[in-house]
Amino acid sequence: MPTKDSATKDSARLAVRKTYKLFIGGAFPRSESGRSYVVTDAKGQFVANASQASRKDARDAVLAARGAVAKWSGATAYNRGQILYRVAEMLEGRREQFVAELRAFGVSATAATLEVDAAIDRWVWYAGWSDKVAQVVGGANPVAGPFFNISAPEPTGVVALVAPREPALLGLVSVVAPAIVTGNTVVVIASEPRPTPAITLAEVLATSDLPGGVVNILTGSPAEIAPWLASHSDVNGLDLAGIEDAQLATDLEIAAADTLKRLVRPAAVDWTADPGLSRMTPFLETKTVWHPKSFEGAKGTAY
Amino acid sequence: MAVFEYAPAPESRAIVNLKPSYGLFIDGEFVEGTETFKSISPASEEVLAEVANATEADVDRAVAAARRAYEKVWGPMSGAERAKYLFRIARLIQERSRELAVLESLDNGKPIRESRDVDLPLVAAHFFYYAGWADKLDHAGYGPNPKPHGVAGQIIPWNFPLLMLAWKIAPALAAGNTVVLKPAETTPLTALLFAEICQQADLPPGVVNIVTGAGATGAALVNHPDVDKVAFTGSTEVGRIIAKAVAGTKKKVTLELGGKAANIVFEDAAIDQAVEGIVNGIFFNQGHVCCAGSRLLVQESVADEVLESLKRRMATLRLGDPLDKNTDIGAINSAEQLARIKELTAAGSQEGAEVWSPPCELPARGFWFAPTIFTGVSQAHRIAREEIFGPVLSVLTFRTPAEAIEKANNTPYGLSAGIWTEKGSRILAVADQLRAGVVWANTFNKFDPTSPFGGYKESGYGREGGRHGLEAYLAH
Amino acid sequence: MTVTAPATDQVTGSNATLRAFLHGLPGVDKVGADARAAALGTRSIKTSSKVFAIDLAISMVDLTTLEGADTPGKVRALATKALRPDPLDPSCPAAAAVCVYPSMVADVREIVAGSTVKIASVATAFPAGQASLRVKIDDVRDAVAAGADEIDMVINRGSFLAGRYLEVFEEIVAVKEACGDARLKVIMETGELVTYDNVRRASWLSMLAGADFIKTSTGKISPAATPPVTLIMLEAVRDFLATTGRKVGVKPAGGIRTSKDAIKYLVLVNETAGDGWLDPHWFRFGASSLLNDLLLQRNKMKTGHYSGPDYVTLD
Repeated sequence: MPTKDSATKDSARLAVRKTYKLFIGGAFPRSESGRSYVVTDAKGQFVANASQASRKDARDAVLAARGAVAKWSGATAYNRGQILYRVAEMLEGRREQFVAELRAFGVSATAATLEVDAAIDRWVWYAGWSDKVAQVVGGANPVAGPFFNISAPEPTGVVALVAPREPALLGLVSVVAPAIVTGNTVVVIASEPRPTPAITLAEVLATSDLPGGVVNILTGSPAEIAPWLASHSDVNGLDLAGIEDAQLATDLEIAAADTLKRLVRPAAVDWTADPGLSRMTPFLETKTVWHPKSFEGAKGTAY
Repeated sequence: MAVFEYAPAPESRAIVNLKPSYGLFIDGEFVEGTETFKSISPASEEVLAEVANATEADVDRAVAAARRAYEKVWGPMSGAERAKYLFRIARLIQERSRELAVLESLDNGKPIRESRDVDLPLVAAHFFYYAGWADKLDHAGYGPNPKPHGVAGQIIPWNFPLLMLAWKIAPALAAGNTVVLKPAETTPLTALLFAEICQQADLPPGVVNIVTGAGATGAALVNHPDVDKVAFTGSTEVGRIIAKAVAGTKKKVTLELGGKAANIVFEDAAIDQAVEGIVNGIFFNQGHVCCAGSRLLVQESVADEVLESLKRRMATLRLGDPLDKNTDIGAINSAEQLARIKELTAAGSQEGAEVWSPPCELPARGFWFAPTIFTGVSQAHRIAREEIFGPVLSVLTFRTPAEAIEKANNTPYGLSAGIWTEKGSRILAVADQLRAGVVWANTFNKFDPTSPFGGYKESGYGREGGRHGLEAYLAH
Repeated sequence: MTVTAPATDQVTGSNATLRAFLHGLPGVDKVGADARAAALGTRSIKTSSKVFAIDLAISMVDLTTLEGADTPGKVRALATKALRPDPLDPSCPAAAAVCVYPSMVADVREIVAGSTVKIASVATAFPAGQASLRVKIDDVRDAVAAGADEIDMVINRGSFLAGRYLEVFEEIVAVKEACGDARLKVIMETGELVTYDNVRRASWLSMLAGADFIKTSTGKISPAATPPVTLIMLEAVRDFLATTGRKVGVKPAGGIRTSKDAIKYLVLVNETAGDGWLDPHWFRFGASSLLNDLLLQRNKMKTGHYSGPDYVTLD
């Protein structure tokens, strides 16, 4: 994304800069607080102004996420997979834009390309999980009695995520995709120092048939916003991937305990590695359904 | 016409050989504690035994023993050998099941019919089930070669003392952890008998340690820095405290907490079986069940008929001596719990709900509460929101399936739910929409070691039972 | 369960309305019904309650012989046994009835006339019921004329299973009319109806048609009486009373051979229909060998030691 003046130096034309806003309920509002903050590259050069989300933006995002739960969790797994794959397609089409946005932070061309490719591939990988995870983590249980008994995973509900500071795009995708593929809706706080790819990703999501409110992206300070999400009674899960301050992580865990949120603690993660099920299962509930199974005059099974 | 009175049919106490006092079970031995408390029979208030009250230092010794056993014996042992110890324990439980059932009923107050026919068979089955996992963990779906956490600190409630012990200890040991378990202060005795069974099984010292005590003992266990994994079953209130206590540590936690389950009866239900399900849902174990069907949601078009049948059925419930083989409803576990039930039911009456109990004579000594239903309850009443944990049912009505689901889910809890209808498509769709970890359709309060159990929302996290139950005890 | 009181003539006006009513009865979940019956089977009936239950059970026995080889001598012996099950103990109650084929009714009558023991006779082309209505009615009339107090009829299971409920209904109505003052027990042959839903529907059908008793089985088909089937019938009579105000009796028959089994049935009665049915007028056991086991257990309760088959009479 050529936002720097230098990018237009040789051109006679003055570039049209992009305004980076929040992504809530499928719309792109500014922070209700009217605040923004300066995003700079590694050398301190101006990259963009980002919206600085407030607690009220977080509240609105949770409301939007809650409103989207019924439709998204009620969609067929096949449909969710199609939409996640559509996200990958749209991302692929805007590869260069994401590479440029990452490079604006001083990421090398090679590294930026690798990260964008990995992010696209991750969407594809998770898209394929939509209709398989239930078969892998659920199944029939051979109870000792005349009952049919089956355990199946279900989404936890609304999950708040703090994306890793770096890698800004791959990290974000790596926390959002596993949470939503199973039917959760999310409020994610993007990398505070590198928020621009997150908002560009929002543009991708907004044009990928993803229902509004399934992913809500806030930019700003996790230290300011995350406590409101951690203590919000209508948030069911919390992924602290991007919290590097141990005391803050502890405080957030304590706040989350009030409503017994499902919690993923911060940990050293290689975001390029195969994630396995590790980021899907924490935000899945196992529901087990029993029903009697019998008929009069039954003489055992037919085999 | 005649009156068929059932003569007393008490199960003999002689099978239980209670000692006057019990120490703590640490490192394979019973060791004396510095402080003691008394465990009483809630049916008679008779003192059954004196039990050690584990201090922080005692807990520290127990954790150290568990750590040594983990590092030197249980951790390095092959899964196949661990399995054989667990099978051995399962067999010993079967062999001594009557003794354990009688002691459970004495210490807890639950009817012998339940401890004998429900608790004990499930306890043995649980050890059998997890025994078989010990050498098959590679196939459990948690990656190749999954590892145990180390030392598990486990705290269990008083409603199913031995069954909750089995739910905690069996998967922990199968996965290769060692444990320090704290039974509830009002029901420590069967855990101590289980310690004897561990000795009979020649289980290596330190693999299982039992520390008796109250909240302070539990807190010492949760906060002990050398505990890797905390597993708790009990109230949501204490669950929160534990979740906060482990914040910022590397301790893994699973919590099985409270519930306020909706038992939904549709107009096309098999009414006689639904009534049995309602009775089983709320009066099983005196309603001291986290997954109890404590809110009856009945479709308005059949509400009068269902209530009439329910009341007639409730009049046949036999309350009294837990050791009598014909007792359906035993004693409330403690004076404290009885006070809480009384407080909440008083609130129910005060808030305008209509209370009903069948004619029911309560014994003079001990803690008792008659089976009770409240009708005319709305979602705004305390008795529809708070877990009473007693034989008290709140009855609400609904008009449509959507309204039933909305009311059922309108609670911070999410442990269990019941559905009664003869319509298959409705069962499946309603089950899908209920936010609860266990849904019983046309049945209620069924348990099996292969079947995962645990809640949504503030009913806790993690699952016990089945393949899912291993996850809590494996690092993966 | 309370079923809205049916205006009988409307319900039974046509096969369609009768079917709509019967199929509108609440379903029965088999697993739940089995579990309830099994749970009641774990009641521990000891000491004084066992003494009470054994005597009650004896007083409820329809002492039965329904063999091709039945002779006057055989049924007279049986009738004598029904009068004085334990010849050495006058405190032992008499059986409820003697149940025989119509041709044997007169022989039984000679023995039990003037006593409390009733004469029951199977009729209506027992046990298959495969005869014309005319023949069945004649069968009933013969039995009644010979002195039967009670008629045990079989329903046409083929018609029932084919959904021709009105046919079954009308046959019961006709037989009931032929019974005159005799009480009518309707045998549903639950072992051939198989499903619990059918048992419930057949129970209601029989009661609507005028049955004084609903009875499980002929004894010629296995399974005969079972606790869950009896449970469902007890629920039906309980609900029928609540709905119509008319009380109907229940008779499990066949396969009940031990005192322990009989006591389980009495518990079922006590905790399902209620103690209003704990009376030979409202509950019977159709049995033959059961009586001697009850007598053996009665002796054990009386003497404190186990008795043996040589100490009860064989007839």
